[in-house]
Amino acid sequence: MAVLSPAKTTKLTSEDEPAVKRSKGGIAGRLFQWLSTAAGLTILVTLAAVAGFLILRAWPALTASPAELQEISWFKADSLLSYVGPLIFGTLLASVLALLIAVPLSVGIALFISHYAPRRLAQGLGYIIDLLAAIPSVVYGLWGALWLAPVLNPIFEWLTSSLGFIPLFAGYQPPAKNILTASIVLGVMILPIITAVAREVFLQTPRLHEEAALALGATRWEMVRMAVLPFGRSGLVSASMLGLGRALGETMAVLMILSPGFLYSFFLLEPGQHQSIAANIAAKFPEASGLSVSALIATGLALFVITLVVNMFARWIISRRSEFSGAN
Amino acid sequence: MLGAAKKERLHMSKRIEVNDLNVYYGDFLAVEDVSMTIEARSVTALIGPSGCGKSTFLRTLNRMHEVIPGARVQGKAVMDGQNLYADDVDPVEVRRQVGMVFQRPNPFPTMSIAENVLAGVKLNNKRISKSDANDLVESSLQAANLWNEVKDRLARPGSSLSGGQQQRLCIARAIAVRPDVLLMDEPCSALDPISTLAIEDLMSELKNDYTIVVVTHNMQQAARVSDRTAFFNIAGTGKPGRLIEMDDTSTMFSSPSQQATEDYISGRFG
Amino acid sequence: MTTLPLSSTPAAPAPPGRGAASGTARRSRLKPWAPWAAAGGSLVLAFLVTLVAGTPSFASVVALAAVFYLVGLTAWSRIVEGPRWATDRLATTLVTFAFGLALVPLISLLWTVVSKGSKVFSLTFLNTNMVGVFGDMTEGGVYHAIIGTVLITAAAAAISVPIGILTAIYLVEYGRGPMARGITFLVDVMTGIPSIVAGLFAFSLFTLIFGPAYRAGIMGAVALSLLMTPVVIRSVEEMLRLVPNELREAAYALGVPKWLTIIKVVLRTAIAGIVTGVMLAVARVIGETAPLLLTVGIITKVNWDLFDGLMTTLPVYAYNQYSQGGAGVDRAWAAALTLILIVMVLNLIARLVSKFFSPKAAR
Repeated sequence: MAVLSPAKTTKLTSEDEPAVKRSKGGIAGRLFQWLSTAAGLTILVTLAAVAGFLILRAWPALTASPAELQEISWFKADSLLSYVGPLIFGTLLASVLALLIAVPLSVGIALFISHYAPRRLAQGLGYIIDLLAAIPSVVYGLWGALWLAPVLNPIFEWLTSSLGFIPLFAGYQPPAKNILTASIVLGVMILPIITAVAREVFLQTPRLHEEAALALGATRWEMVRMAVLPFGRSGLVSASMLGLGRALGETMAVLMILSPGFLYSFFLLEPGQHQSIAANIAAKFPEASGLSVSALIATGLALFVITLVVNMFARWIISRRSEFSGAN
Repeated sequence: MLGAAKKERLHMSKRIEVNDLNVYYGDFLAVEDVSMTIEARSVTALIGPSGCGKSTFLRTLNRMHEVIPGARVQGKAVMDGQNLYADDVDPVEVRRQVGMVFQRPNPFPTMSIAENVLAGVKLNNKRISKSDANDLVESSLQAANLWNEVKDRLARPGSSLSGGQQQRLCIARAIAVRPDVLLMDEPCSALDPISTLAIEDLMSELKNDYTIVVVTHNMQQAARVSDRTAFFNIAGTGKPGRLIEMDDTSTMFSSPSQQATEDYISGRFG
Repeated sequence: MTTLPLSSTPAAPAPPGRGAASGTARRSRLKPWAPWAAAGGSLVLAFLVTLVAGTPSFASVVALAAVFYLVGLTAWSRIVEGPRWATDRLATTLVTFAFGLALVPLISLLWTVVSKGSKVFSLTFLNTNMVGVFGDMTEGGVYHAIIGTVLITAAAAAISVPIGILTAIYLVEYGRGPMARGITFLVDVMTGIPSIVAGLFAFSLFTLIFGPAYRAGIMGAVALSLLMTPVVIRSVEEMLRLVPNELREAAYALGVPKWLTIIKVVLRTAIAGIVTGVMLAVARVIGETAPLLLTVGIITKVNWDLFDGLMTTLPVYAYNQYSQGGAGVDRAWAAALTLILIVMVLNLIARLVSKFFSPKAAR
């Protein structure tokens, strides 16, 4: 009964050929392997090209004398370095403020999703937070400039009138086109990135650790503090660095909200004090030509290097962590 | 009809001779110096404690070990005069002639029952007429004792079947390529006793047409289904696995020549 | 209500019945309705306070009530349950508030975009361009911007998707040793490239080759593909790793060569996840503004030629209209609404694809 019917199926076998010779498929296989390896190498080549072309185009500005640079209408500094300095300061200040806002919130949200909200809801809640990441940056810019700034206005007025003796909060002038508004928007923008990583890390906490803590009679918060947070610490650091990397390079929100200035200043509420590298490029690039393009690309190169360092640091922490904990 | 079929199939079942075969994972010698003859149209069982290299050895018979990075083989495995490890031999061709069934049933989740049976043909971009395909599906499923259970739902996904049915589907899929040899790596270890019985019955039928090599942890199973049994053992962790002895199954289970074999079979260790 | 326990004497903690010395002392707990009562009380109190201070607004009442709730419930719990449980309640409250606070920007943003955007959003808005629109004219639309966005994003996808999928295949199926590790690392680094730097790169590359005045949609597409490729690689890689090894082995054992196994088994099994990942990557780059601002700029009419001349894209259009002010702001909101609708539809399709087309047994 259980016998193959021979009549028609015999065609399929390779009876006439010698048993196991190399088939022609080998060429296609090698071509495919070669193709996918080449695609992998493209990544390497592309990154090298990004660095190479930026350096190439920035070169005229990097080698120009201050006198040549000062012929650019907006260039009011002694050298390229003293021009880019306040920009780097502004970029870092805005990003660090954004981080200060986003990290505690993200930790709270991630904990809420991973350990407090009902299990059934967790995925949906995570999806809601992810929605924040799907919103285009230009929309954040519109929202920050036209909705958030007026909303913040009374709060900032109160801050500067009652806490104005602290330099940080002195000198507020409406509208709220200052670096703190920009940082709040940046903070909202990096919130989903940090939350997503933090959530993953918290969910990976070994159940045994959690149960051990609970078995000792810990409250939920004590369990979180004893088991979840220590386990997730390095993950949180790298998540923050990823968020920082994103905030450093964000252009539109800063460009549309901040009224620019080129100072080393800690007056967070005063307009016309700060500017970020990315927003500065976007503001000046459309009208730039010749040496001014090179100068802007040189500032872009600085931004590239900074984000590269921050991201590599974040990845390094992640890879170190996965080696030690055995979790990925 | 039946007789004709038998004759047609006769030449397909092949015997394998293995000579001084060593298997390495990187620098680690996993299986040392195996020589054995696997007879055509019979069931050969490989038994032994966990980690003794019997599964590794089984994989070298169709070069499936090469899927694992760093795994390599020294020595010879000759199937009807053709060394499987000769330079001009394509491992892909070897696998078309030496089929394999795995520990856990693994039907392709994106394919229907019928498509799963035809997978070996379809995945290799071979053209096959509709009626040929239907015949191949029916004959393979019949050979795997599954036809009557699934003939009304060939278009359903393969994953809709029970575990035992899925494993028989995988056997049907393997024999649809019409191999000469069928390797089975603990094919029943993930199945319930009734499904196991069905697979064992199937093995006894299939050996009329195929050379079957089966790795099993279950000594009753080895005793029930196999004609010859090979016992592998390992001296200790980090040491290579070796073939201790091989003989007719009845001899192995009644009067093995090695003490280690007797200890293992009588359940003193392993 | 919540303030009541505040006024009660703090010297009346645990119930007196059992001594604290007894190891099995039954802990006195707040009733399950306590948080709700506290919330209601806080709201009422906050409303009254703001009413006394001035006109209550929704935001100020909610903010004040949150503070009252935080202080009130913690104090109540401290009195009844003791400090450990009070800290626990405080943490729960803070964590919940954090989530609630995150909803504020999301809801206000979506609400603002929808309400302000719908002012000039219409079918006409979607299929007219900006030719002959100036001053305070409220006409004009985004037809040319939609065409530009679709063309440029499609071109970016056409570059990124093949490279991304092949690279992911290399990393999962072929890559071994230092080169694969290096590429994995570089992909991570690439994920962090600021979008404006991608724009500068595309600008540098094309102006060096075709002269300093060259502007074309393809420049924007190259910039976007630089941002999109690592996202595609990551998601495809994840999907390929989800395909069980047993399926690859099953195919190999049938005598199927590796490359056919990858194409017909691995990719076939992962296809839903790959499509989802690609759509999410498209949704991610479709809203990119800065690189397009540098490379493709803005014009008033439709340009179908990716390789010649300026093009308008939705995000740049929105920014441009915003910076012009006046009637432009309404168009900016409407463009933002259009953009968000496109992004949400892409996201929705992506989720549906992954929900309905992934093989059931593979999970």
